[in-house]
Amino acid sequence: MTPRTLFDKVWDAHVVHRFPEGPALLYVDLHLVHEVTSPQAFEGLRRAGRRVRRPERTVATVDHNVPTGDRSLPLDDPIAATQLGALASNAQAFGVELFDLASPRQGIVHVIGPELGLTQPGMVVVCGDSHTSTHGAFGAFALGIGTSEVEHVLATQCLVLSKPRTMEARFTGHRSPGVTAKDLILALIGRIGTAGATGYVLEYTGDAIRALSMEERMTVCNMSIEAGARAGMIAPDDTTFAYLEGRPRAPGNQEWGPTVAAWRTLPSDAGATYDHRVELDAAAVAPQVTWGTNPGMVTDITGYVPNPADFPTADERQAAERALEYMALAPGTPLAGLPVDRVFVGSCTNARIEDLRAAAHVARGRKVASGVRAMVVPGSQQVKAQGEREGLDRIFLEAGFEWRNAGCSLCLGMNADVLRRGERCASTSNRNFEGRQGAGGRTHLMSPAMAAAAAVAGRLVDVREWEHESV
Amino acid sequence: MSLTPFVRHTGKCAALPRANVDTDQIIPKQFLKRVERTGFGSALFYDWRANPEFELNRPEAKDATILITGANFGCGSSREHAVWALAEYGFRAIVAPSFADIFTANCCQNGVAPVRLSPDSIDELTRRCLGGRGAYRLTVDLEAQRVTDDAGFGASFTMEPYRREMLLRGLDEIGRTLLEEPRITAFERSRA
Repeated sequence: MTPRTLFDKVWDAHVVHRFPEGPALLYVDLHLVHEVTSPQAFEGLRRAGRRVRRPERTVATVDHNVPTGDRSLPLDDPIAATQLGALASNAQAFGVELFDLASPRQGIVHVIGPELGLTQPGMVVVCGDSHTSTHGAFGAFALGIGTSEVEHVLATQCLVLSKPRTMEARFTGHRSPGVTAKDLILALIGRIGTAGATGYVLEYTGDAIRALSMEERMTVCNMSIEAGARAGMIAPDDTTFAYLEGRPRAPGNQEWGPTVAAWRTLPSDAGATYDHRVELDAAAVAPQVTWGTNPGMVTDITGYVPNPADFPTADERQAAERALEYMALAPGTPLAGLPVDRVFVGSCTNARIEDLRAAAHVARGRKVASGVRAMVVPGSQQVKAQGEREGLDRIFLEAGFEWRNAGCSLCLGMNADVLRRGERCASTSNRNFEGRQGAGGRTHLMSPAMAAAAAVAGRLVDVREWEHESV
Repeated sequence: MSLTPFVRHTGKCAALPRANVDTDQIIPKQFLKRVERTGFGSALFYDWRANPEFELNRPEAKDATILITGANFGCGSSREHAVWALAEYGFRAIVAPSFADIFTANCCQNGVAPVRLSPDSIDELTRRCLGGRGAYRLTVDLEAQRVTDDAGFGASFTMEPYRREMLLRGLDEIGRTLLEEPRITAFERSRA
């Protein structure tokens, strides 16, 4: 038999039918739903008199549009309240499980899927959200879809899709201290660009990937979409199985052994070929920070704001000029030392417990610089509770960070957590697009430890210099 | 939901010569709270439109139905609201060197044609559009897979056959898939 990649195996196992025009009807194992991209889909079902085909494979939560402050108060945004109410009534009417604002399991959809054990190796996972790629960390084929496709999956439990091509991103060697999963993925995007993987499913391989924890793997896969990829995947291994064992929705004792045995057959076969390959030396990656207005505009923290004139194409020169104007940066400025107004530790990229621990490690015993507003927004209420059991909340609060409730928050600023015009933010999120965190706001993407260090210093700093300081 | 079929469209062009236009620019987040598919057109490129010099604010871009733009258009967020906004504003086709994957799918679900031409063709069309001062028109013929103007420009494009079919016939994708319902049931049984 022809050697197959991890992606080939997952794809082949889910093809229900091949349409004569080429695409497949692909079965969906897990459909995650949130309040922003689902109301029109449920409304479509209602108007056509259709039902949700597999409510038990459909799980909903609220995350994009929720307040992260005091949840005992009524919502002060009536339009947001309408949207949250729509999801509640749709979930009830169509028999879909919902983790709502009052649930201890509420959180960012891409944080709660894994932490509940819903996301499992070999699955096809979809959600009306581009960062669904996160779930590929488990060896699932997980992709973001639009609202019409959400409606299609609700009605049919299937997605119509042409098979994407495959790209192997191999990270050789080992990370240096102070270099995180976020830095690996930002370095890759910097290398191949924001459209570098359009049309492809990325499979991350190599020693530096195998050495990552599950949460770190999620950070890597999360940002696959920022390279344009349909999805990102990492082959499941003992790290994956150890993470999943005992989680509420993971296979129970009876099924565990046979299920893991099946999962062990998923990794790419020796000799499997990819349509494209790229290789990065993890040992050569430094902490990364973005300087521009897309995630591919990134460089080492020891680097400088580039000169637009140095880019090879007219498109890139024009884009860099626009970006520097928006970011209010001059060519040649060192990135270390840039003053920040805001710091955000959160998002589906970097708001799991290990991320908060990394930020707390830097913040412990220190103070947020005067004039800087810094917030920590846990990825889920469970992450928040875990952080509080470990005393991370006290570390952050004593240092002057805000400790908030779970949600997407300042990653996209749909709720009240937004940047004001001109504010510069050190952010652990995934997109530095113009206005992403608030109209006129200026975003620099980086790891949680780097963001926490920026909060304390009041400017961007190289976190590796902090590792040696004793407090 | 069945759609207006897209077979052939002739219309006025507007040029937005920028690469990597992301869906956050096309429709900023504060407009994603609506629970309807309508009401997004007036918010298209909301932040950029605050600038009087923005390409679509120019009088010559008024009533354009074809947008000529840069590579990787529609990257970022999966928000279909971006396509709803473009369609409601009046665009029937977007012509660019490349598109983001999710955006391409969203276009085809809403009767908006994502037309891929070579970077050189896009440069040429951009020049002609800007030179035409509001009078430049293109024909996008999806049946023939050709883009032409009446001054000698002509270029062929390709599209995934099933997406093309969806657009040409204004197909309801869910209705089509439900014709395969017995196969879905059989698949579910085979895995039980």
